[in-house]
Amino acid sequence: MTTDVAVEMITVVIDGFEVTVPKGTLIIRAAEKLGIQIPRFCDHPLLAPAGACRQCLVDVEINGRAFPKPQASCTIPVEPNMIVKTQLTSPVAEKAQKGIMELLLINHPLDCPVCDKGGECPLQNQAMSTGRSESRFTGVKRTFEKPINISSQVLLDRERCVLCARCTRFSEQIAGDPFITLNERGALQQVGIYEKDPFDSYFSGNTVQICPVGALTGASYRFRARPFDLVSTPSACEHCASGCALRTDVRRGKTLRRLAGDDASVNEEWNCDKGRWAFKYLSSKERVSSPLIRGDDGELREASWPEALARVAAGLAGKKVGVLVGGRATVEDAYGYAKFARVTLGTNDIDFRSRPHTEEEAAFLASTVVGLKTTYADIDKADHVVLVNFEPEDESPIVFLRVYKQVRKRSLQVSTVAPFASRGSMKLNANVLSSFDQVSNLTEKSVVLVGERSAEVPGLLSAIAANTTAKIAWIPRRSGERGALLAGALGNVLPGGRPVSDASARIDVQTAWGVDSLPTELGRSTSQILHSLNTGEGLDAVVVGGVDPADISPDALGQLLNTFVVSLEISHSAITAIADVVLPVAAVTEKTGSFLDWEGRERRFDQAIEGPLITTRSDVRILSMIADEMKKPISLPSVASAARELASFGIWDGATVAKPTAPAAPHKNPTGNEAILTSWRQLIDLGSLQSGEDNLAATGRKAVAVISAKRAESIGVANGELVKVSNERGSVVVPVHVAQISDELVWLPRNSENSQTIVTFGAAEGCLVTVVKA
Amino acid sequence: MSKLSPVLSAHWDEADSFTLEAYRRNGGYQASKKALDMDPDAVIQLVKDSGLRGRGGAGFPTGMKWGFIPQNDGKDHYLVVNADESEPGTCKDMPLLMANPHSLIEGIIIGSYAIRANYAFIYLRGEVVHVFRRVQQAIEDAYAAGLLGKNINGKGFDLELVLHAGAGAYICGEETALLDSLEGFRGQPRLRPPFPAIAGLYARPTVVNNVESIASVPAIIANGTEWFQAMGTEKSKGFTLYSLSGHVKNPGQFEAPLGITLREILEMAGGMREGHELKFWTPGGSSTPMFTQEHLDVPLDYEGVGAAGSMLGTKALQIFDETTCVVRAVLRWTEFYKHESCGKCTPCREGTWWLVQALKELEAGRGTSDDLDKLLDIVDNIAGRSFCALADGAASPIVSSMKYFRGEYQRHLDLGSCPFDPIESTLFAGVKA
Amino acid sequence: MAYSQENIAIMDSIIARYPRKRSAVMPLLHFVQATEGFVTPEGIELIAQKLELETAEVTAVSTFYTQYKSEPVGEYHVGVCINTLCAVMGGDEIYKSVSEHLGIGNDEVTSDGKVSLERIECNAACDYAPVVMVNWEFFDNQTPQSVKDLVDGARGGNPPAPTRGPKTLRTWKQNSAVLAGVSDGLAGEGVSAGEPSKLGLKLSKEGK
Repeated sequence: MTTDVAVEMITVVIDGFEVTVPKGTLIIRAAEKLGIQIPRFCDHPLLAPAGACRQCLVDVEINGRAFPKPQASCTIPVEPNMIVKTQLTSPVAEKAQKGIMELLLINHPLDCPVCDKGGECPLQNQAMSTGRSESRFTGVKRTFEKPINISSQVLLDRERCVLCARCTRFSEQIAGDPFITLNERGALQQVGIYEKDPFDSYFSGNTVQICPVGALTGASYRFRARPFDLVSTPSACEHCASGCALRTDVRRGKTLRRLAGDDASVNEEWNCDKGRWAFKYLSSKERVSSPLIRGDDGELREASWPEALARVAAGLAGKKVGVLVGGRATVEDAYGYAKFARVTLGTNDIDFRSRPHTEEEAAFLASTVVGLKTTYADIDKADHVVLVNFEPEDESPIVFLRVYKQVRKRSLQVSTVAPFASRGSMKLNANVLSSFDQVSNLTEKSVVLVGERSAEVPGLLSAIAANTTAKIAWIPRRSGERGALLAGALGNVLPGGRPVSDASARIDVQTAWGVDSLPTELGRSTSQILHSLNTGEGLDAVVVGGVDPADISPDALGQLLNTFVVSLEISHSAITAIADVVLPVAAVTEKTGSFLDWEGRERRFDQAIEGPLITTRSDVRILSMIADEMKKPISLPSVASAARELASFGIWDGATVAKPTAPAAPHKNPTGNEAILTSWRQLIDLGSLQSGEDNLAATGRKAVAVISAKRAESIGVANGELVKVSNERGSVVVPVHVAQISDELVWLPRNSENSQTIVTFGAAEGCLVTVVKA
Repeated sequence: MSKLSPVLSAHWDEADSFTLEAYRRNGGYQASKKALDMDPDAVIQLVKDSGLRGRGGAGFPTGMKWGFIPQNDGKDHYLVVNADESEPGTCKDMPLLMANPHSLIEGIIIGSYAIRANYAFIYLRGEVVHVFRRVQQAIEDAYAAGLLGKNINGKGFDLELVLHAGAGAYICGEETALLDSLEGFRGQPRLRPPFPAIAGLYARPTVVNNVESIASVPAIIANGTEWFQAMGTEKSKGFTLYSLSGHVKNPGQFEAPLGITLREILEMAGGMREGHELKFWTPGGSSTPMFTQEHLDVPLDYEGVGAAGSMLGTKALQIFDETTCVVRAVLRWTEFYKHESCGKCTPCREGTWWLVQALKELEAGRGTSDDLDKLLDIVDNIAGRSFCALADGAASPIVSSMKYFRGEYQRHLDLGSCPFDPIESTLFAGVKA
Repeated sequence: MAYSQENIAIMDSIIARYPRKRSAVMPLLHFVQATEGFVTPEGIELIAQKLELETAEVTAVSTFYTQYKSEPVGEYHVGVCINTLCAVMGGDEIYKSVSEHLGIGNDEVTSDGKVSLERIECNAACDYAPVVMVNWEFFDNQTPQSVKDLVDGARGGNPPAPTRGPKTLRTWKQNSAVLAGVSDGLAGEGVSAGEPSKLGLKLSKEGK
């Protein structure tokens, strides 16, 4: 329990009704508690008050003394003995509001019929409630060039803008990206960018959402729909582990837009541009629409479900099978894979990590992460936040926003174990440390945010697991990993963190599943599964759900050749191209389910698209059908049944898997033009879920190679000039960015245009490469 | 005995009055020496006791403003001088700074010492290069003479003084806009509270004072509160600069005790220009409601002008004779407010846009009597509804001119055009080719 | 590259005047105008880099203030006060005649780049109305003819001296440097006060 000081409560009278609210509450929000809606534009509960639009004027009296003129209710906190009269009871306030509305409209164009905002527009709505039916303005309206692109995905129509400054305040206060500002002055004041620097903030879409008029619109949604034609479904974002609540808007079976949903304890009211604007993959032409079987001619052909299921059962029968689960499986689907592996296939050879990974990490996850309870609220209260191989702005953007909020609010101390200060780290004013050993100042109120890339540094997770002071959180990039861990989709744990190696834990699971025994041998990891295929003594079949082999290693796809591959996929991919059987599965909008965000918090979502277009089901249902066909049923006919069954397990309270104790790797000593490679994925990159989103892609950060000034000098390049980074497998050529980074290192984006480290170098971290002027 | 009382302007007729040498020759920098020997609180008390009120327009007691600064709070304090003089008709601080910059610097030393500020700024409007030169030179000379910098007069008091040029924005005369501007932002007013005394420049306790207010302090310290209180009226103590401009024989600066009347000043100045009579005038700049002939005997102090329905403001007495079209004058002022509106709030930004268009129509004689009522109703939706006082200032000339000259507006509408010949009101009327 | 090492050193000294460097935005913008004549992209980018701001933040400031020009102005920038009092007393006539004389309108520059014209607001010299400012120096009690003569002189390289200012009219860039705080040493030139400024003092001495 926290020991927060009791909040002082204040009672005020608004329109004759008493309301009691915490001290500091603004009048406008105290009125909301009474159900009194004071019209407003610039007011936003998560932005500092501006008092700019003046739409929310009310009469205020304190201790019997009335303010001589109406006050902006969005700027004044309640006080004891305050009496407020809104438009409902004060003719002065009512006239003031009507007057402001009239002024707001004199320069507003009458293009509501063609405006995206029409139908969900606060200006339109409040003009109806507070405006006059006929304008008295007969003069000349202010005109601007109609929409201008302030980025490839955001358009600005200055004629529609009411200068509420929500967008500019968001960009500065919430995102730390003051790339848009109010420019010019007076009646010519307008939102704008510096001509050469577009509004390429990772969070720009929020400004479109909070714009109270149609001034900011998204290029991808513009002119596509009327709000009243859309069906909205609360949903959860599948892109990363931040856990954003979303709203998915669908028209006639097609997702047209996604908006940030409200969840005060997680994403507040924000999301990132990837979560907002990367969803074309859902309705891509590449979607697999029916089961496919590879014929004797080597070509895939459509097949009926019974035929395909029979082929799967036959193909897997008598084989030693591994299971690879993608990082964006829902909790329920991951549970389906976990149970399917143990019950139907009789193996622990299952892994959800389709990325660089280690045994040390598996031990860390099973021992330390399963029951972790660190939350966003702990960041809010932290005395020190340490980022370990974790770039929140790129890898979990809402975590970034939350840390930034505290940095702005109270100068929260932030340290980052990172090769150099990224843009995100600079905004957080983070102290850059080259290794975890250097972290100091940890108390029980400190929060250590451990990125998934920590697995790539041998010994690091062992060191973190040994930390006993601070709160720890493990933040994977993908939305499904924390849930898959809980579901037991890993070789060393069963559901709820039950160690495979623990007989009593196994009996627990055996009993729940109604089976006689469970495999006892620890499972293989993703890379071990791949390596053992076709070796004679290892595995000879694999079930793959939502995995891109290029995320694992450049060899992964080759390792999957000449073995029996069952692919559960939403779209055609490198795996479906070599699979023996392809079973279509539902995408997030087409099913219900849940993710666990990095906190372990359940993020449940509903099916957003229904009807005849939906031809398939969630993975778990399909796995259950295969299991039935193989006569080793897992009895999970629905997502709900999987959720129920997993929930019944709870978290294992017995002994856990032992913490890892891996040694650090010996230091590599690059010589000459050699450097040690380091990398991470930028938020907007070549990730498969972003395919087809050209507007989004154009706002991404361009690939650069980050090297030290000393290295730049020694190879004779200046900032912006091209360098070639290579090893025996391949090379990339990108512009150089000189920064404060160890002379031994070179940083590249992991999966961006012109810089894909895993497929190019066979590694993403720690390998030696050569850097020369291109 | 003269009705005038030159103090700040007492030596402006000396060719080198702006130099440190001249200032010292005339007794300068004795007051700061004296003040630095006093307890800072005693300096504040003395200024409070004197009754000095802000000369920038609002008339807030200067000593009280200083007293609001929390002491011993461990924070940096700042004194910021508002030298952004831009209110139409106002032209007192610029000649003061050009002819007597050291009076301001000495006042800054005293004020900073009193409020425990070690850093002070002069925010000077940017459109007056020669004034900038004079003030900058005066600051450099004061540093060289050990009057600024470390350990002033060997009293252990440190003070850095920076001259900062504005760049053309009337709104920066509003103190919180000035502070934002000085911090390197757009000069838009801030929400209050917090007030500058608590969170001003860089969110630290800050006093913002007008040039004339601060420049008046050395004389008060040197001569004492009784001397100061002997001038002026009951609640408006001391001397001040009245700036007479427009259709008068002899425009200029008149330093006099508060409470003098326009009739008295006009008499001294030789009256209206030959053959013309007073039509309307502003007591303290365009933002103060206009007066007419009937107000010639209003005492020009804070209370007197207020009681007559206007404000003392900056004591900018702009005089217009009967050749002047009041609608044209008001339109031009309204265009000024539109040009200078910062854009932050709706009523000012959109309202001034509308008012200019409405007044242009009226000046051209287009419209009906209903449009005059509409004009007043638009003003009613602007005044008292905006973020700062700029829009209230915009409303003043319209409301007051409609009060005294509605008939003249109506005459435009009846005629379908402006009844005045603008050439008649120029200084070179009759001499044009 | 318009900014020499010397220029950069001046910019650093401007920044050093302030407790917080963002405060240097305005003098640095004046300095950019002193160097390049107007606020150029290069200037904005340099200021942003020096003050660790986004370019948009510098743009926001530079476009707020009317003295910062986004296009080149003349070597002699002529501002005619058209606020009410000056306008009524002759400012309107002056503006009209000089505009016709030069063949340029508000915010425009003569083709030789010598003179630009601006309708300016009250410049705090109302007792000298009608007032014209050239490169923000006072030209008091102007007439249409005096201003025509003024701009002709300026275009011919021989502008008259300000009424209250240095003995020689300085250029736009030179005066922009002064506003950035780079002293030109001319403070001692010119009168201490004009006649109207001294009127009250004179009358008082006369016992009036």
